[in-house]
Amino acid sequence: MKITEELVSRTARLARLDLPEGEAGPITAELERILQYMDQLAELDTTGAAWSGGALTNVLRPDEAAPSLDRAALLAGAPEADGTCFLAPRAVE
Amino acid sequence: MDLTTLTALELGAAIRRGEVLPEEAVQAGLDTIAAQGQNSFITLTGAQALEGARQIRSQPAESPLFGVPMAWKDNLCTCGVKTSCASRILGDYTPPYSAALVERLEQAGALSLGKLNMDEFAMGSTGETSYYGPVANPWDASRTAGGSSGGAAAAVAAGEVWYAVGTDTGGSIRQPAAYCGVTGMKPTYGAVSRYGLIAYASSLDQAGPIARSAADCAAVLDVIAVQDRRDSTSLAVKGGFLAGLTGDVRGVRIGLPVQCFGEGLDPQIHAAVLHAAEVLRARGARVEKCSLPLLAYGVPAYYILACAEASSNLSRFDGVAYGWRAEGCTSLDGLYTQTRTQGFGQEVQRRILLGTFVLSAGYYDAYYKKALQVRERMRQAYAAAFQTYDLLLTPVTASAAPRLGESLSDPLQMYLSDFYTVPVNLAGLPGLSMPCGFDNAGLPIGAQLTGPALGDLAVLNAAHAFQLETGYHRQRPGRGGAV
Repeated sequence: MKITEELVSRTARLARLDLPEGEAGPITAELERILQYMDQLAELDTTGAAWSGGALTNVLRPDEAAPSLDRAALLAGAPEADGTCFLAPRAVE
Repeated sequence: MDLTTLTALELGAAIRRGEVLPEEAVQAGLDTIAAQGQNSFITLTGAQALEGARQIRSQPAESPLFGVPMAWKDNLCTCGVKTSCASRILGDYTPPYSAALVERLEQAGALSLGKLNMDEFAMGSTGETSYYGPVANPWDASRTAGGSSGGAAAAVAAGEVWYAVGTDTGGSIRQPAAYCGVTGMKPTYGAVSRYGLIAYASSLDQAGPIARSAADCAAVLDVIAVQDRRDSTSLAVKGGFLAGLTGDVRGVRIGLPVQCFGEGLDPQIHAAVLHAAEVLRARGARVEKCSLPLLAYGVPAYYILACAEASSNLSRFDGVAYGWRAEGCTSLDGLYTQTRTQGFGQEVQRRILLGTFVLSAGYYDAYYKKALQVRERMRQAYAAAFQTYDLLLTPVTASAAPRLGESLSDPLQMYLSDFYTVPVNLAGLPGLSMPCGFDNAGLPIGAQLTGPALGDLAVLNAAHAFQLETGYHRQRPGRGGAV
């Protein structure tokens, strides 16, 4: 797999990460080396193998109403809150 | 009496007999922590532990672990106690709730001395990606304690706590346990509730004990392996692990996969693991070579899946609902990007990038889907092997603990070091690392036992049988080498 700096920059934007100036090159080379190693999976014929999760199945419980965590306690962990909501910069002008 | 040389069960028994007060044990642990400089803790809660020790005096000592001091890996939420995941991005985050397993052990009389250092978000194999600095190996301070539960393994090995709870996504309990000469167990996927465990790769993450013996691990598992409605992946597990330890391995069929004893394995580790096989054979186990050719695909499949899941799980860290926030951001998108870029360390960002890439349009089939298919093949290969064998015995690591700073410059090399441990997570199986010798430099060597899904007791019992015959698990750093 050939990786370009443009592809890495696009991936970083998708992940909401900012690549520091001058680091796109080294990061591209590093990711390319790792992905080339991962490419060995292509050698293996996996026709007909779909991940089944094995013996693991969904564990269902009755859908019962129960108290959730206290709002004030949850808001207390936020960088900025007003007592009812998390606060963040305006997203829509 | 030097309390720090006791196992958790021995200390628990002394407490129940009234020979040792819980606060004396807490103080012995705190004194040991103060005397070492291995950076195994991120947060110490000594005062709370001493207060807790006085409070539980009036309670009945029902659990064999009642009053025994321990600690949590710092990716397990503890109500009112800072939980950092060893990352800058969580800042001084203090959860308003505790993980399910924390609640269970606290009810059983566990006294926590604090939160243990780890690789940031459990991403690393050496304990060095922590925002709070690396953990030193108690056997040789110039070497790593392993990772990601490096603080947990180091603290147990050094006598700071009598047991710890860590987490294992690709070997993060078993590998540091091997490097530090302690016993660590990753239970069957689903055996322990992950409610309150900060997710790395949800289809692989599992919490489990790190302790000084398989019996200690069984006692911890008895408390925490309980189905929990708050984790929909949690299973109904038949308990009774400690009571089930007979040490009888007569007729138990143990396979040694030849792929685990080939090129790249330190000859001293090779010999030590074969010695462990001989000890089990002498107690009546039937040991023979077997073949699991797919193991070689474990590392690439694991890193694709783990990174993919991490990229999704870690999208919640954006500077809005909890933790740390970058300053001076005027747009929402800028707030997300700057908080994540400044808040995550290099290895975490690398894995998020890899995971985002393998899930992105045009690459999903070649990487993510392919890795899922390989994973299914791996699961089938193990299932076939467990038709013939009750357990598999392998090394945990190819070499003893690396020197600090040696691994960080080459991430791919660090990933490759997980060869023996990641297939067990991919297949969701129970795996245990037990000390089985020392190399010429006096560094501990671990052997890994793997069992079929929900075969946790068989794994623990074989390790217990080995520990009835040998004394490697009782060796402590600075107190002499191999027995």
